[in-house]
Amino acid sequence: MVNKGNPCLSGRGVTKIFGFGRHKTIAVDHVDFDFHEGEIVSIVGESGSGKTTLAKMLLGLISVTEGEIYFQGKKRDLSSGRKKQEYWRNIQAIFQDPFSSYNIFHKIDSVLLDCIRMRGGGNLPREKKVEMMTEACSFVNLKFAELTNKYPFELSGGQMQRLMIARIFLLKPKILVADEPTSMIDACSRATILDYLMKLRNETGMTLIFITHDIGLAYYVSDTIYIMEHGRFVESGSADDVILYPKHPYTRRLISDVPKIYEEWDLSTV
Amino acid sequence: MLEVRDLSTKYVTRYKEDVYAVDRVSLKIEEGKTLGIAGESGCGKSTLALSLMGYYFPPLHYISGEIIIDGQNITGMKPDEVRKSILGKEIAYIPQAAMNALNPTRKVIDFIGDVIRAHDPTWTKQMIYDHARALFERLGLPAEVLQKYPVELSGGMKQRTVIAVAVTLTPKVLIADEPSSALDVTSQKMVIKMLRDMMESGFIKAMIFITHELPLLYNVADDIMVMYAGQIVERGTAKQTVFDPLHPYSKGLMGSILVPESGLRSAKLTAIPGAPPNLKNPPPGCRFADRCKYVKPECRVTSVPLYEVGHGRAYRCILPEEELRRAYEHGE
Repeated sequence: MVNKGNPCLSGRGVTKIFGFGRHKTIAVDHVDFDFHEGEIVSIVGESGSGKTTLAKMLLGLISVTEGEIYFQGKKRDLSSGRKKQEYWRNIQAIFQDPFSSYNIFHKIDSVLLDCIRMRGGGNLPREKKVEMMTEACSFVNLKFAELTNKYPFELSGGQMQRLMIARIFLLKPKILVADEPTSMIDACSRATILDYLMKLRNETGMTLIFITHDIGLAYYVSDTIYIMEHGRFVESGSADDVILYPKHPYTRRLISDVPKIYEEWDLSTV
Repeated sequence: MLEVRDLSTKYVTRYKEDVYAVDRVSLKIEEGKTLGIAGESGCGKSTLALSLMGYYFPPLHYISGEIIIDGQNITGMKPDEVRKSILGKEIAYIPQAAMNALNPTRKVIDFIGDVIRAHDPTWTKQMIYDHARALFERLGLPAEVLQKYPVELSGGMKQRTVIAVAVTLTPKVLIADEPSSALDVTSQKMVIKMLRDMMESGFIKAMIFITHELPLLYNVADDIMVMYAGQIVERGTAKQTVFDPLHPYSKGLMGSILVPESGLRSAKLTAIPGAPPNLKNPPPGCRFADRCKYVKPECRVTSVPLYEVGHGRAYRCILPEEELRRAYEHGE
């Protein structure tokens, strides 16, 4: 890993509890983390390990039961709608299912125009806006001229996910949370999506947080990997350390469960 | 065990347009073997699986070809006949996301009962229960699952239950369409282990495994067939197709593998630009020509046959083997 930038997003003792009393479920259990500027972080865990809950807390979509999240060194404050909007200018997300990420009644133009407005470009002349949208679309190899006046459902899954990245290109947030961005699209388009995300990181220097259960993907893209089990981080470190020399038994099990091509896949340990 | 000769099928849309989803596919699986089918979404993998069973209902239509299961030619049988005497007994199919289709108001034992009664209505409840119990023991699943509702089961257990329901009548050939793609790695491993145990103990005689996850396919299948736009573009053993792909499309697919092994980080993922052609009017020449790095003018003119290389290996490209291999070496 190259030299780390300043901490961009940190958490101390972050906890989320659903329900109370006997029906209490601790989804995220006192986790500490420091995500640095320009870093690519992956949070890896099985289904039910609490990784999506953590992502939602990072995004400020659900409240934190206990603990604090610090944004750029300061305590995060989401007490009013205006402050939330300000926060979301800095942190954005790409979700797993591109088919449900869009409002089906809004045309693609309005999706992108919203982004320009959010960056304070609402009063720009129409030509300038079109130019910006064209640039964003060409960044992800889509043609704006073909997309204008279309609805999101007219696109394929891979195209929708690329349009999502075009949105991020317009918004230029400081942090991007990608929650399983490639699990719904097949292997060939996966490489394309990852390439665009990496390119975007290189151009804007934003922090990328991948939430995934695909260890291969985490290993390929990230600088730092956090392994999550039952709401806790059981292991963290640079990608090479965690994947090639895992210490925690849970990490070892996860890695041994992934089918490989150069090593024998041991089926006896189920 | 299963032989298919030049099978072609099409979909007819509601505007009466023909979509040629499976184009002259031939394949052969011997007893005890697993055939893997790879390819991106929309290339006809699932349609091929449906067509293999000989059970056609609109919008899927049969055009030509022969299907022979264990010496029995099922071409030209009526759909009703196929359903009664072939499906479930000779060949069983686990559709994609089948576990989400379990009726939440019925118990697992009822699904098994349905399958048995559809073929032989004389079975009593007790007979069905005994059969199901023996089946679950054989497959290594806990028998108490039989009395549970689908919502009470975890994703991995649901998927294994679906497989158990599919093999209730001990079919000879099992077609598994993306059986593990919605599961996390640990449940996926359990499902794969169950399938492999069934193959090893001879419970099912042959299997067709469909997925786009190549590392998984490599570990499950003996032979791999790569499909593109309804055609087979490459066929060979698992090792050959993964480590020494011949067709440019297979090469591209292999370049998108992500496995947590050393060397991955330095490797560059190769993406295949563009999208598959529209099968309403497939291009006259090579169907991959528009996305191919090594395309030549003649590629677009004449259709390319599947060249047999020998030992069951075949590929569909006009360039000779050596030239392709050389191009791949230089291209990287």
